[in-house]
Amino acid sequence: MAGSTLASPSVEAPPRAPASPGRETWRRFRRHRLALASVAVLAVLVMGVLVGGLVWPVAIDDIDFAAQLQGPSWDHPFGTDDLGQDLLARMISGGRISLAVGFVAMAVASVIGIVVGALAGMSRRLLDPALMWLTDLFLSLPQLPLLLLVIYLFRDTLKAVFGVQGGVFVMIVAVIGGLRWMPVARLVRAQFLTLREKEFVEAARSQGATTGHLVRRHILPNALGPVIVAASIEVSAAIIAESTLSFLGLGFPPDIPTWGRLLFDAKDHLDVAPHWALFPGAAIFLTVLSINFIGDGLRDALDPRRVL
Amino acid sequence: MADPVLSVRDLTASFRTEGRWREVLHGVSFDVGPRETVALVGESGSGKSVSAMAILRLLPRDSCRVGGSVRFDGRELLSASDAEMRRVRGDSVAMIFQEPMTSLNPVLTIGFQIAEALIQHRGLSRSAAEAEALRLLDKVRIPAARTRLHEYPHRFSGGMRQRVMIAMALACRPKLLIADEPTTALDVTIQAQILDLIKSLQDDEGMSVLFITHDMGVVAEIADRTVVVYRGRAVEAGPTARIFDAPAEPYTRALLAAVPRLGAMAGRSRPLRFPVVDRDTGAEGAMPETPDTVRAAERPVLEVRDLTTRFDIRSGLFGRVTGRIHAVERVSFSVAAGETLALVGESGCGKSTTGRSILRLIEPLSGSVLLDGEDVMALDPKALRVRRQRMQMIFQDPFASLDPRMSVGAAVAEPLLINRLATRREARQRAEDLLAKVGLSPETANRFPHEFSGGQRQRICIARALALKPRLIVADEAVSALDVSVKAQVVNLMLDLQADMGLAYLMISHDMAVVERMSHRVAVMYLGEIVEIGPRAAVFGDPQHPYTRKLLAAVPVPDPARRRDRHGLADDEIRSPIRAPDHVAPERHYREVSPGHVVQLWGADWAGPAARDVAA
Amino acid sequence: MGAYILRRLLIAIPSLLGISLILFVVLALAPGDPFGELAANPNVPPEVRAALRVKFGLDDPILTRYLRWLVAMLHGDWGFSFASRVNVDTLILQRLPTTLFVVGSSQVLALLVAVPVGLYAARRPYSLADQVANTLAFVGFSLPTFFTGLLFILLFSIKLGWLPFVYQADLPGSGLAWVWANVRQAIMPVAVLGFFQAASYTRYVRASALDVARLDYVTTARAKGLTEGTVTRRHVARNALIPVVTLVALQIPAVFGGAIVTEQIFRIPGIGSLLIDAMLSNDTPVVMAVTFVFAALVILFNLVADLLYGWLDPRIALR
Repeated sequence: MAGSTLASPSVEAPPRAPASPGRETWRRFRRHRLALASVAVLAVLVMGVLVGGLVWPVAIDDIDFAAQLQGPSWDHPFGTDDLGQDLLARMISGGRISLAVGFVAMAVASVIGIVVGALAGMSRRLLDPALMWLTDLFLSLPQLPLLLLVIYLFRDTLKAVFGVQGGVFVMIVAVIGGLRWMPVARLVRAQFLTLREKEFVEAARSQGATTGHLVRRHILPNALGPVIVAASIEVSAAIIAESTLSFLGLGFPPDIPTWGRLLFDAKDHLDVAPHWALFPGAAIFLTVLSINFIGDGLRDALDPRRVL
Repeated sequence: MADPVLSVRDLTASFRTEGRWREVLHGVSFDVGPRETVALVGESGSGKSVSAMAILRLLPRDSCRVGGSVRFDGRELLSASDAEMRRVRGDSVAMIFQEPMTSLNPVLTIGFQIAEALIQHRGLSRSAAEAEALRLLDKVRIPAARTRLHEYPHRFSGGMRQRVMIAMALACRPKLLIADEPTTALDVTIQAQILDLIKSLQDDEGMSVLFITHDMGVVAEIADRTVVVYRGRAVEAGPTARIFDAPAEPYTRALLAAVPRLGAMAGRSRPLRFPVVDRDTGAEGAMPETPDTVRAAERPVLEVRDLTTRFDIRSGLFGRVTGRIHAVERVSFSVAAGETLALVGESGCGKSTTGRSILRLIEPLSGSVLLDGEDVMALDPKALRVRRQRMQMIFQDPFASLDPRMSVGAAVAEPLLINRLATRREARQRAEDLLAKVGLSPETANRFPHEFSGGQRQRICIARALALKPRLIVADEAVSALDVSVKAQVVNLMLDLQADMGLAYLMISHDMAVVERMSHRVAVMYLGEIVEIGPRAAVFGDPQHPYTRKLLAAVPVPDPARRRDRHGLADDEIRSPIRAPDHVAPERHYREVSPGHVVQLWGADWAGPAARDVAA
Repeated sequence: MGAYILRRLLIAIPSLLGISLILFVVLALAPGDPFGELAANPNVPPEVRAALRVKFGLDDPILTRYLRWLVAMLHGDWGFSFASRVNVDTLILQRLPTTLFVVGSSQVLALLVAVPVGLYAARRPYSLADQVANTLAFVGFSLPTFFTGLLFILLFSIKLGWLPFVYQADLPGSGLAWVWANVRQAIMPVAVLGFFQAASYTRYVRASALDVARLDYVTTARAKGLTEGTVTRRHVARNALIPVVTLVALQIPAVFGGAIVTEQIFRIPGIGSLLIDAMLSNDTPVVMAVTFVFAALVILFNLVADLLYGWLDPRIALR
């Protein structure tokens, strides 16, 4: 039958301007000016903490009592703390941890969320209600108290296993990720429930596709847009969660100056050294704001029907 | 003609998309006289609905500009102040919309929603307004109006909601009613009731009606004059009878040629292609006769026996089964190679569930489905996946049927790759051949679905279904969502493919006119059961079951000369197939009227209103 | 509706049990035991310690211990605070009103800001007012409460000296001056928490109102000749708030998290600061009880949200 053309061709004009979904997404993302600016801001921040140490090779624990609580100067662009330690160097070093926590915790939350959501979304019987009950249960957990509780109880054990920095890092990432997967799971499940009834999925099913093929080729790729948006928001939520823990004095120890820890140390010197709180606070704010704007831009780009 | 109630001159409308203004209405002009019904007819995207919204200035002001002139009762509306405009809306000009399911506010009672306009325009008290609302509900013939006044919209069916919308529109006795596709979302018997209602209310109230529709049958049924809209322009206007008898413009001729007419097939036994008329020149193409494709001598491709599918309804605290939807109830039929069997009926009759049950996309409860003599029901999942290659499905919504992230070439090639029937290169080549076969150029293989129109997408879906060289295609409302002219092309394509490949079609449709055109045999479904089955000519020419008769009588005929007086249509709704959990399906008996034409024997419940309809 | 309320109540109970189980398991899995202090004390001989372990049933299977703990909690026997030397329930009851006052006022403030602003922004999407509101909302919920709190103290207490930055639950005095002093000290904590929540709620309201404004019944309402104000109030607002209720309910845990931070910054003697103090002083019974109270509060407010949802949406009664 190859090559035999039938007598009823389409009289409609063939489509114009080919555009792949990827390029289309980028075009729409570019229209969100704040999101585009945020990409630049975030890039500067990330580069700053990654290579900043090379540009500003000052030790973070260089105690100098002659330079206690100084405001910004050429020697110390971001000023110093009560031990005369250079704040810029401390922010560069701590920022690496803050950002790393944000991205790794997001990855943990997304993976758990996608797995739970996908399992619930594809099961037709008991698994779905059970998983959704679990999700709702986790959603109504008081997260911050629980985070604090877990850290309070397990801190010493993990320190023994992974070392001070590693232990706290693993624990904070696991706990934040483990308590923030629910929005992703609900989103993925909702997407799966809609998509699995879509005609193109039924069409593939009637062509003999296995469930695995349906999920991999059709359902997951189409569900991913909103998940990416949710995941971007998770990064900022995790950064805030880590800073909150550190700010309450229950996160990283003083020798790991994450931005939240710096604020915690600074809050009792607010009257004499406001710069000590303002710089790390502004860093957290700028990071979170730019990630949120990028998330918003992605939402516009990936799902043009939703206006949020 | 007396002074027109509504006079539209050079109406233009532009929308802003992504910062650019695009004109979609390029100067439409028409009049609506007193007590006159004017139909604005056109295909999707022609600008007919935009015109209606522009008249009442309901388009969003930030993203839409309207120009020209709209004079109502001698007053210019486009330059009126917002306050003046509000006094016109809902008072002297009222509007009803296409989607009855979404046109009512779900959190307010229907009584209040009807009363709202009366409170606004007549200054009535809430109680006086609700008393008037009750009178209006009676007027639009809603049963038990008094008790239903304080109910919320979700308790009403689509047809009933559209009645509520009409009551709402009539509240202030408007001089002009704008009806934007008011029956498109409704089943055909309900559509007939609503058209009848609008017509009789128009006579009572002496109002003018501007009726917007894409359905030439509805136009013929209701309009005094017709305005044909095409690509944002009114291409032709005139008395409805003249438009139908002697269309002047090429586009009107192309449109009318593509309209299936119920009853036009009398005396023919084989399906018939639609004539193709060029919409710019009006030249008519050749119309080859369809060959006889049915291989009656062979064993049928598909044999369905006593197929039953039910869904449990769970509710209450512990999710007990409180009812069952008897979606498909002991359905039996067969389809031969090269034959088209149409499964017709209204929404909820179980026709789509039947199609999906045959492919076991939904697991049926009992019954047997033989494909080329092999029982599909007995197959394990792996064998089922292999067997499904021989039966493929085409769906109603061409926009949802294609994965938006997959190029059309990949979509067409996918079935071959899933079943490991070809290498990537071979599959690619085959996909291009298949696209050519359905009338699309092979270069389109790299494009993505969003770049194609509805008709082109449906062609792509057909190509995908053909990739596995199936014996049977289940076409679930495959052409129902398409514009008439596109619909005609796709029907022609399907007929050609049937002749070429000896395909058997199980065609699931509510569109009686298309069914008449393209099927060999017809099965009428009602509440999950087949009430009548037989050769198309017999079922359409000599319908036996009261439901078949009612269904056929309700189909609007695109011929103004055959407009019937339908007054007195019953206001009953389509009944629900939900039964108590302990319900036992009654034993049914059948009678063979003529060779192959079998009718279910009906009980006393059909003797009442339905029989009256048929008599009317 | 009655059945709906009953069902919601019945769902709340297993949730509460589930949460308490999670808490208990976390505690049970934790290294060290509640008698850590006792164990470290060389004056307590090992056999006494073993006797105490048996007495408190610490060697029983975890489920038995959980049930015993649960029964004790239900009886109001919440244990004894090591640090404060009082019963835990007295301690919590003493501090709970302050927390509820701060959280409650901030939520009222948040909704009073978010609903009108969100609805207004949605009336003209992408207009200047909408863009300003939207950008401010983004800034608002990107500012963590601990940072805003410090900024407020820096500005209003240190630089301007307008407001006190230490909250006192037992202010002396009476009359108008006393009320005014109470209001003054509550302004900053309530504003910090309120504006943070207002920012996210504004976005919810705006998005939801935009979704609703596109629906056919809003066009129907306009076609009736109603004024824009009536259309927004009667047809858009009520429908738009239905999904917002759910989203606000999902925010409740975060609200209590914010309360902990604010209480810590402004040294408000509520249960949030009690939790932090207890943790820093290894006061396990208090930590457990406060966490459990937070969980119960979240479930309680979720229940309130569910009821509100049922009241707003007439379709609920059917389900």
